[in-house]
Amino acid sequence: MNRYLPLSILALAILAFATLMLVIAPGMQINSRPAPEGLTPYSEAEQRGRETYVSLGCLYCHSQQPRSGDQAPDGERGWGRASVAADYTYDQPHQLGTMRTGPDLLNVGARLPSEGWHLTHLYQPRAIFDWSIMPAYPYLFDEKPQAGPGDVVVALPAEYAPQDGVVVATQQALDLTAYLQSLDRTYEVPADGLRDHGYGTPDGPEPTPSEEER
Amino acid sequence: MPLTLGLLLSLSFVVSLAALAFLIWAISNRQITVDQGDAETIFRDGEQGHIDNQGTEHGDAKMRYHFDPVRAGIDAVSARPVIVLLGTATVWLVLGSIFGVMASLKLHWPDWLNQSAPLTFGRMRTLHLNLVIYGWLSLSGLATVMWITPRIFHVPLKSPRLVLVGAVLWNIAVALGGLAIASGWTDGEEWLEIPWQIDMLLAVAGACFIAPLVRTTRARDVHHIYVSGWYFLAAILWFPVLFVVANIPGLHSGVEEATVNWWFAHNVLGLWLTPLGVGTAYYLIPKIIGRPIYSYAVSLLGFWGLALFYSQVGIHHLIGGPVPTWVVTLSVVHSVMMFLPVIAVAINQHVTVAQNLWALKESVPLRFISFGALMYTMASFQGSIEALRSVNSITHFTHYTVAHAHLGAYAFVSLVMFGSAYYILPRATGRAFPWPGLLKLHFWLVVIGFGIYFFSLTIGGVLQGLSMLDATRPFSESVELMKPYLEARSVGGTLMTFGHLVFALNLLGLAFYASTRAQNTVAAE
Repeated sequence: MNRYLPLSILALAILAFATLMLVIAPGMQINSRPAPEGLTPYSEAEQRGRETYVSLGCLYCHSQQPRSGDQAPDGERGWGRASVAADYTYDQPHQLGTMRTGPDLLNVGARLPSEGWHLTHLYQPRAIFDWSIMPAYPYLFDEKPQAGPGDVVVALPAEYAPQDGVVVATQQALDLTAYLQSLDRTYEVPADGLRDHGYGTPDGPEPTPSEEER
Repeated sequence: MPLTLGLLLSLSFVVSLAALAFLIWAISNRQITVDQGDAETIFRDGEQGHIDNQGTEHGDAKMRYHFDPVRAGIDAVSARPVIVLLGTATVWLVLGSIFGVMASLKLHWPDWLNQSAPLTFGRMRTLHLNLVIYGWLSLSGLATVMWITPRIFHVPLKSPRLVLVGAVLWNIAVALGGLAIASGWTDGEEWLEIPWQIDMLLAVAGACFIAPLVRTTRARDVHHIYVSGWYFLAAILWFPVLFVVANIPGLHSGVEEATVNWWFAHNVLGLWLTPLGVGTAYYLIPKIIGRPIYSYAVSLLGFWGLALFYSQVGIHHLIGGPVPTWVVTLSVVHSVMMFLPVIAVAINQHVTVAQNLWALKESVPLRFISFGALMYTMASFQGSIEALRSVNSITHFTHYTVAHAHLGAYAFVSLVMFGSAYYILPRATGRAFPWPGLLKLHFWLVVIGFGIYFFSLTIGGVLQGLSMLDATRPFSESVELMKPYLEARSVGGTLMTFGHLVFALNLLGLAFYASTRAQNTVAAE
């Protein structure tokens, strides 16, 4: 190979082809699916909470993509049904994640609906699970001598409670909790929902091969 | 618009036909024939058969380097930009490693340094990744490209000042990116955290690197483009396209964004860091040993195989996820196909080293580079196997993947870059490293540290994965069983970081302590 131009054209053509196959074609397929009826866009508070989730990097320990029963017992752990592409219609940036240092969170709102639980857990995870290695987020909370009107007080065991006074949630903690509570994809989705069916078809009939499979 | 299997297949068919036509045209025009003689184009008269190791060893007796005024003139032009790039890359390496160790410690000391948001695990880990990828690996890789490209093309680097401008801008952008991440301003996707506003600065800086390289290429004074050149020239086109497309704000959302994310992130490894590392090894291994690579024709297969297969493996990060089955399968197939180009590179690089094992004792840079090249083979084989659905069910979502990522980006690319820096800097400065023993200390610290790092996370990751697959075991078990392995990883990571401090010390020694003793080739003359 001695010529620069053919080399660079071919190199870019190969990348363009890869982009077509990995980005454009699946993107068209994904975007052709309507949002599920049970899925609602995030409220303003939930969206703000989601921004906190993103900025604190929760993604690096928590996935948001339960696998199918044929592959892994995610459903049995209470993490929810296998997710489909349309479940993420309103997610930007996506937070699918690649790590489960902690559990999957796509349905944490359905599994753990209590605001108080989340606030305690965010303030000090080890107040709830002594084995947890999740960071504590004390800066999402204020310590006060006593709670004012409208303050949400965090319930804490004596071991983690301040000497005197109370711990109250900031708006940021409340928003983050609202986002976590909103994570609930337990509604029904079509059986041929777009996902990796490579481990079998646990959630319904065989998807139409001409449309989905290759 | 519904996209049918038929449409995809016909697209694939048309592309294959076009590729075939191109290949036939290229062969008939002698565009892609190579012969073993071309492998010797990196040598000047009298260089073959002599080890090229001055500046990193004790004593003058070994200085058998054949003095070459032409190459010295070429090196003199690249020297300044290369020194700046390598020096700043090292700063990011040290900073990035410290953040890495801190993030690692936080996984088993969760209440350590928890009082403010910039110190939380999610930000420390992100800082680590971005500083080592965009700071250390990209800058040291570019330094190597700036050094080798003019040498194989037999012309001095064009527009060296523009490269310096690029280096300044790139460093500012990485620093701003780090500050943004620490303060919580992020685009929120793995490998794409730096906000797009700052990405624009990175893109401008990137253009300042690419233009001089393209100009140098067009001015080349050789009949043949040596294999390292193929990798470098392709990489400097691939990476900008990847980077710009993936960072366009507002264009991507939902699961489509996830496919873009992993198309990008895996191609940063496959089409950016890997070509930089492989291309560097292809030049420096034969150059240091003084013998051409084993089979030059096979290197063609290695290069085009990498381009075709590596570019489509990204979706193996979403196996079992909410993406169409066919695209996952496509990536799995291509991941396995990667065996082909990797074996081609392995034949060339490892056989060349194996036939000249004596040279490993003579040259510390060669030790780094051949160890790195060996780790490329290992990382790729591991990656191909990891992409199989059955294996992936265990290893996905676990620390096994983290170990694998470090096998590729660290044990392979970083070690090649250490060797490359140790080879280049004495020639760029005209000085010898003042404490050659510390080069060896660096090597053993990072190799032993990495060994501890890799095996602890690999074993722990498999146990973690098996535990998560067993519904009768609570999730907490997968967390608790990981703790000793995470502690071992911190030990390994700390040793690696000590190694990087020794590396920085060696560079400082060269800059401020070394005399210009014993150099029979001085770039500055």
